[in-house]
Amino acid sequence: MKILVPCKRVPNPDLKLKVANGSVDLAATTWQVNPFDEYAVEAALRLTEKGKGGERVGEVVVVSIGPKETGAQLKQLLAMGASRAILIAGEDSALDPNAVARTLQAVVAAEKPDLVIMGKQAVDGDDNQVGQLLAAALGWPQATFLATIVLAADGKTATVTREVDAGVEERRVRLPAVMTVDLRIIAKKAVRNEALAPATAEWEDTQRLASLKGIMAAKKKELREITADSLGVGAGLLVKTVRHEAPPARKAGVKVASVEELVAKLHNEAKVI
Amino acid sequence: MGTATLVLLETTTSNLRSASLPAISAARKLAQSNGGQVVGVVIGSGIAAAAQDAARFVDKVLCCDNPGLAAALAETWAPVLVAAVKQIDAAALVASATSTGKDILPRAAGLLGAGMASEIVGVTGAKTFRRPTYAGNSLTDVEVLTPVVVATVRQTEFPPAAPAASAGTVEALAAGAIDALGSELVALHASKSVRPDLTEAKVVVSGGRGMKDAANFKVLEELTDLLGGALGASRAACDAGMVPNDLQVGQTGKVVAPELYFAVGISGAIQHLAGMKSSKVIVAINKDPEAPIFQVADYGLCATWESTIPALIAQTKAIKAAG
Repeated sequence: MKILVPCKRVPNPDLKLKVANGSVDLAATTWQVNPFDEYAVEAALRLTEKGKGGERVGEVVVVSIGPKETGAQLKQLLAMGASRAILIAGEDSALDPNAVARTLQAVVAAEKPDLVIMGKQAVDGDDNQVGQLLAAALGWPQATFLATIVLAADGKTATVTREVDAGVEERRVRLPAVMTVDLRIIAKKAVRNEALAPATAEWEDTQRLASLKGIMAAKKKELREITADSLGVGAGLLVKTVRHEAPPARKAGVKVASVEELVAKLHNEAKVI
Repeated sequence: MGTATLVLLETTTSNLRSASLPAISAARKLAQSNGGQVVGVVIGSGIAAAAQDAARFVDKVLCCDNPGLAAALAETWAPVLVAAVKQIDAAALVASATSTGKDILPRAAGLLGAGMASEIVGVTGAKTFRRPTYAGNSLTDVEVLTPVVVATVRQTEFPPAAPAASAGTVEALAAGAIDALGSELVALHASKSVRPDLTEAKVVVSGGRGMKDAANFKVLEELTDLLGGALGASRAACDAGMVPNDLQVGQTGKVVAPELYFAVGISGAIQHLAGMKSSKVIVAINKDPEAPIFQVADYGLCATWESTIPALIAQTKAIKAAG
C-alpha cells in the first residue's frame, strides 16, 4: 500500500491574526502543519502498520507546496514516521485550490499511489475544496470528512464513516480514491488495515509525536525539492483574493454576579427567556 | 454567456429541506447581478412531490429523478449539476454549505473548470463574494475569474427564503450515464436527537472541557430541553470523547447563530468563537475570570457550572411557570 498525503504549512491558528491595510500580516507568526493534514498523516501511518508500534508495510509519502521553509514541517512528518517527502516550490499568493489540486494531480500521476489522504480543509484558507477538486481531476471516487477508515484485506476497497449533518454515514469506496479526514480520525480504533492489524488493534487517542528515534531516522529519509514547472503544471488562478478585513469586534458585555441577576437580565433586558 | 443562477436544493422525497432556504436567498441576490432566473435543481429518486414543493421558491426547477441517484454521492450528483449548468447555460451554481453541499459543489466546480468561493457570507457582485478565512478572523473579499461561478453559502448569514409570488415550473433533467465509481452508501445512522437541528435552533447550550465528564452533560441537556434548544460542545469536549463530534461548534465543526447561546465551561479558543460569535445573545459561564469567552459574551458569570446550572434551571422554570 502506497499512500500519498498532501500537507499544508499554515500559520499557528492559536495566535491572534493581524489584519491591516487589506491584508493579513504573518511576519511574526509561527508555522505548523495544518492540523487536519497531520491527522491524515497519522491515519496513513496506521493504515501501513501492524498495529501500534508495529513495522511499516508499504509507503507513506508526504507532499507539500510551499516556500523552502516548509521543509521544517515535512521533516517533522518524516520524524513521525512518513517514508519520504516531496516539497514543490510555491507561494500561497500564487495559488488557489484549483492550482493546488492540479499540482497534486501531477504528483499522483508520477507517484501512482493507491490512496490519497488529506485534511478536510486547511485552517487558514478554510476552503474545503482541494480533496474534492483532486478527485474530480483524477476521475477518482472521493470520501470526505471521514471519522473512520477500515481498509479491506484485499486492499481494493475501504469502508468509511463520515460525520454528516444528519448523523453518521457509512460508505464503501473503491480504491484508488481521495479521502479527506475530520477530527475523529485519530480516535483509538478509527483507522485500520484488515490485511495488517487485527480488529482489536488500537492506537493512542491522538496523533503521534516525533520520537527521538524518529527524529534520528528522519535525517536519512529523502526530502526531494522540485518545482511546479518540472511537473508540467502551470495553472492560472480561478479565484483571486482581493482583500482581507478584520471582522467587526463584538461589543464588550457585562459581568453578572449571580444566577438571579443573569436570569433577570435574560428575561427583562435581552428578552430571550 | 448565460444569466441564470442555479441553486442545488436538497430535499426529502416529499419536501424541500429548510437547510436550502438560505442558498435560495443568496441565489436571488446573485440573480440581481446576473439578471436572469433563479433555477433550482433537485436530485434523487422518487422526488416528484419534492420538486413541486421546491418550485414554490424559484422560477423553475430542474428535476433529476432516477433510482441511481437516491444517495447523495458526489460521484453521481456532481455530473448532474454539470448537466444542469449546461442545460440552462447558468452563470452561477450555489448551494447551502451543508455536509452535502460542501462535499459535492467542489467536485462540480472541478468538472466545470469553474472557480469556487466556499461558505460565502456576502454577495457583492456577480463574481465577487465575501467569505470568512482564518477561522473567521478575516473577512475576505474574493473574485471568481471563470465564466461560471460556484459558491457554497453559510446558512447563518443569509435569511431563509420565503416562497415566491408565484410557483415556478418543473422540468425533467436527464441523468445521463450514472457511474458511482464503486462508491456506495451502506447506511445512514441518523442522530436520534429529538431536539432541533444545531444550525437551526433558536437556543444553543454548549459545554466545554470544564464539564469534565460525559455524564455531566445531562444537566446541560436538561437546560437545553427546558429552553427548546439544541445541545452543542467545544472541540475540547468532543476530542475528550464527552459528546459525539457532530455536536461540535466551531471552525472545524458547525457554525451557529442562535438568538441565545450558552457557553458553559468553554474557555473560548479562537476556533470555537469562529462557530458562534454571530449569536445574538451570548452567555458565558466559566470559573476562570480570564477566559477569553468573556470578551465576546453579553453576559458573563464567573462561576462553576456545578454551582450555577441547577439554579439556572430552577429559576428559568419559575419564569416559564409565571408565564
